[in-house]
Order: sequence, then structure tokens, then C-alpha cells
Amino acid sequence: MFFAEPLKLQSGAEIADYTLVYETYGTLNADRSNAVLVCHALNASHHVAGRYSEDAGSTGWWDNMVGPGKPVDTDRFFVIGINNLGSCFGSTGPMHDNPATGKPYGAHFPVVTVEDWVHSQARLADALGIEQFAAVMGGSLGGMQALTWSLLYPQRVRHCVVIASTPKLSTQNIAFDDVARQAILSDPDFHGGDFYAHGVVPKNGLRVARMIGHITYLSDDVMAAKFGRDLRSGSYQFGFGIDFEIESYLRYQGDKFSEYFDANTYLLITKALDYFDPARNFGGDLTKTLADTRAEFLLVSFSTDWRFAPERSREIVEALVKNQRKVTYAEIDAPHGHDAFLLDDARYMNVVRSYFERAWQQIGSQQEAKGARA
Amino acid sequence: MNFHQLSGFRPDLAFIAHWVAPDTRVLDLGCGDGVMLDYLQTDKGCSGYGIEIDDERIPQCIARGVQVIQRDLEAGLSIFDDNSFDTVLCLSALQMMKNVEGVLRDIARVGREAIVSFPNFAYWPHRIALLRGHMPVSKSLPYDWYDTPNLRCATIQDFSALANEVGLEVIECVALDDGKPVSFLPNWRGSLAVFRLRKK
Repeated sequence: MFFAEPLKLQSGAEIADYTLVYETYGTLNADRSNAVLVCHALNASHHVAGRYSEDAGSTGWWDNMVGPGKPVDTDRFFVIGINNLGSCFGSTGPMHDNPATGKPYGAHFPVVTVEDWVHSQARLADALGIEQFAAVMGGSLGGMQALTWSLLYPQRVRHCVVIASTPKLSTQNIAFDDVARQAILSDPDFHGGDFYAHGVVPKNGLRVARMIGHITYLSDDVMAAKFGRDLRSGSYQFGFGIDFEIESYLRYQGDKFSEYFDANTYLLITKALDYFDPARNFGGDLTKTLADTRAEFLLVSFSTDWRFAPERSREIVEALVKNQRKVTYAEIDAPHGHDAFLLDDARYMNVVRSYFERAWQQIGSQQEAKGARA
Repeated sequence: MNFHQLSGFRPDLAFIAHWVAPDTRVLDLGCGDGVMLDYLQTDKGCSGYGIEIDDERIPQCIARGVQVIQRDLEAGLSIFDDNSFDTVLCLSALQMMKNVEGVLRDIARVGREAIVSFPNFAYWPHRIALLRGHMPVSKSLPYDWYDTPNLRCATIQDFSALANEVGLEVIECVALDDGKPVSFLPNWRGSLAVFRLRKK
């Protein structure tokens, strides 16, 4: 969907004439009360569920969660997946032409924040005629967007579902993000962000960035269980090629990523992560920050997630409890680290399923009440 | 959930529910499947949270519309402010705690009143089992000594002393058997001890 009207960004910059791509699943009901917005994390997109072709590679990133009969049941809910501004899956981003110059934005694409994304998503909701979402949900960076919805548009969110997320990145998290950015920025093929004009891609930088990211998404235990110290060819090679299986795995992940992901987008999104800190405007007081929320909340964290640790989710729960908000919190004892939020775990899936079941019943009883009044 | 349904399900909870005033804030520690909070919310207009550790219980609470927070009781009360609840319920859960005194002090801190229940170890079939030389196994203590989650064994007399020590005054103490109060020889004939406590 095209938006001509300029959007004022947190940085003070503006962006006009931009496109947001989105995908929908299910049917919007007559009173438009069953819409669910799914916000994506770093490397995902609007393609949340289903497949474009027989190819399993075209499966949506949260297909185990969203679909007919799934925990977020698209036979009931109208689910919207949206690609964020600055991303590289169709919405306006650094690889697109800046209307002012006729050249790709490159590194001149304005730095966008989680708040900016939420405002842009709200415009899409306006255009689709959705005044209030039954739920806004997301994991990790997507959870930050869901939380931000409850702060910026308290009346527009009935349920806020925040999974494996945090009220702000830790120092260590910012440090990891900067190492990833440095890998990209120092790649000679980056060309100050204008690599498009040179017909190259800073693949090495992207690979290293992804390898670092990947390490932080897994737990030590799960890595050890999956790869251990297994050797690729059975013996030490006494060189600097691939000895260990974990090296092979990370390089494979890095290679794959560098082929589809945009380097400028990686920089932008990690900055959005680093800047996210809604309590900053409230002297660091998360309880005050959440005072204006009206939504009901579901938070889920995973015990071995050290990137977005359970303690961070508990901080949000505590602040909500202090505001006497309706909040449910599940802490899943899963071994997979941060990645767990994308994986199938019956306990996790049952929690989300029950929660949306309940949200669905509320829609039914509201409709009955309206019917009775009519 | 209405009172009739609760009585059928859990007569002990139905008895205890009388002590919770309508439209008050309630915290239910070890809330299980959330049946008590479900009743208190729908029939008495109460609100609040349940704390539960068991994975299987969390979706059950959600299905009942109970705001459940998955945490270990011995660590989980720190998120609540002092005096933030009118009543704190701790029903058949305290005996599973390692740090009973700590949890009880926390209960006294976050609540104005508390209702605490636990299996009465001095129930007569338990005494007979001990006289015969065995640890008791009964409806209220249904586990063998080597795999019981009940780390602490207490009697009605014992508990009053500890409650006093942590700053709670006993308003009422009732021994229940099959959900019905026992007035004659309660420390012998009651299988479940229920205390209604108030901060001193």
C-alpha cells in the first residue's frame, strides 16, 4: 500500500511516498473486531504463514503459530503480517530510489525506530478500516512493537502479546549489535552504503553479522547438544578452514543470509533495537511508562534465552502488575535459547492457543451484547 | 462459575470463598487450574492474579480468564507492592515450600488478610499410621514419604505459633473434613487446616 503523506520520524526526519507491503490471512468480520497484527523481528517479513508454492522454503516465518486451526486460528481471526519500513522484503527500504534524488537511499535512508514503525503500521490499519485490533503480537523485536502499540495507541489494542522480548536491550545486547554493524561497515564492498551502484554486496560483513547473531540466538547447551566438538572430516586440518561442525553450520547460515538480506537494512534494524527504551521518557520508570496502557497482556519468555532473558519479561510483568493491568505470564523451560519463540513447544503453543481462544470468546460475547442492544 | 458449581467441585474452596469479601483484590498463591479465582471473579466481582509454577495449569487458568503469572512462589512475590491485595490465598501450597517462613512473611507483606490452608498432620488417621510405625498416606496426604511434594508437615497448633511470629493474627481457624467444618476435636478430626489471618 502506497502512502504519499509524509511520516514524521522520531529522528526529526520525514519520509514520504513510501510503500508498505502486507499479507492477510482469514476474513475480517462485519464489525471489524477480529483483526490481529503480527509484527516481525530482525530478519522476517510480512509473510507470516502459508506457502507461496510447494517449496517448503516459501513457508511463512511463523507458520507453526498462525494458520487455520493453529494457535492463532485464521478461521477465526483476520491476521495481518506487515513488512516494516526500511526492511528488505518489499516495503520501502534503503535499496529503493529516494524520490528526491532518483538514486537508491542506501545509507541515507532515515534511521527508523520501533515507535516509527508502529505509527506507520497504524496508518495501514487506518487504511484497512481497523480501529481496534483484537490483538497485536510479536516475538523479540516484534514484541517491542506490540508493547509500543499498547503505549502509543492504548485504545486500539485489546490484547498485547509480547513474546521473548524486553523493555530495552542490555549493554551486552547493544555490544553484540555493534560488532555486527562493524562487520558490515568495515567490509570494502559496503561503499558507505552505496554498494548498489557498484554492483556488489558486502557479503562478508553480512555473513559475520549473521554468525554473531546466530550464536546469541542459541543456548550453550543446545549448541553443544547439536554440534558438540564434532569434526567435519574426522581429524584436525591444521589450517584455518572448517574443522568443527559448528563452524560449518555458522558459515552456512551466514552465506544463506548474505544472499537475501540487505546490509543497510541490517544496520537500520539493529539501531532500532538499540534505541528501543520507552521508559527513557519516564526517567527509566517502567511502571509509569505503562500507566496509560489499556490492553490485556500475555507475556512469554524462555528459560535459556540469554539474549532476551526471562528477567526482562518479568520487569514488564512487574510494571503491569503495579498498574493493576490484566496480565498473564508464562515462563517456558525450553533449552533452545532465544530461537525457542519460533519453535514448536507444546507448552508454549498451548498457552498462546488458550489465550487466543479466550480473546475469541470475548469477541463473541461483545457481538452478543451488541445484538441484544440492537 | 457459580457457588453451586464450586461446591460440587471443591467443597473446601466453597467454604473458604465465604471469607473473601466481594469486589476486592485477591492474590492466589499456587492457584492450580484457577478455579477459585474464576469463581471469585465471576461471582463476587473480585480481581487479581494467580501464581502457579506447573506448566500444565497455565493454559487452564488462561481458559478460565484468570490472570496467571508463572513463577516459583519462593521467588515470585517480589513483584508485588506492600499491601497491594485485600486477601492473599495460599491454599494447600504452603507445605510444599522450602522456605515456609519466608513465604509467610511475604504473604503478610503484600496482603491485608490471608487465608492459608494445609493438610493437618495431626488428623487421627495420620496419628494411627504413625502409631503403627508408618508415615501417613491418606486422601489429604496422598503421597509416599519418598516422593511427596509436601516438604513440611504441620499441625493446627504448630501453625498458629509461626503465624504469630511473622506478624499475622489468627482471626479464625477451622478444620475441615471433606470440605465440612469440624468443631469437636478439630486437631484430631480435621484433615485440612484453614486459617484466616490478619496483619497485626
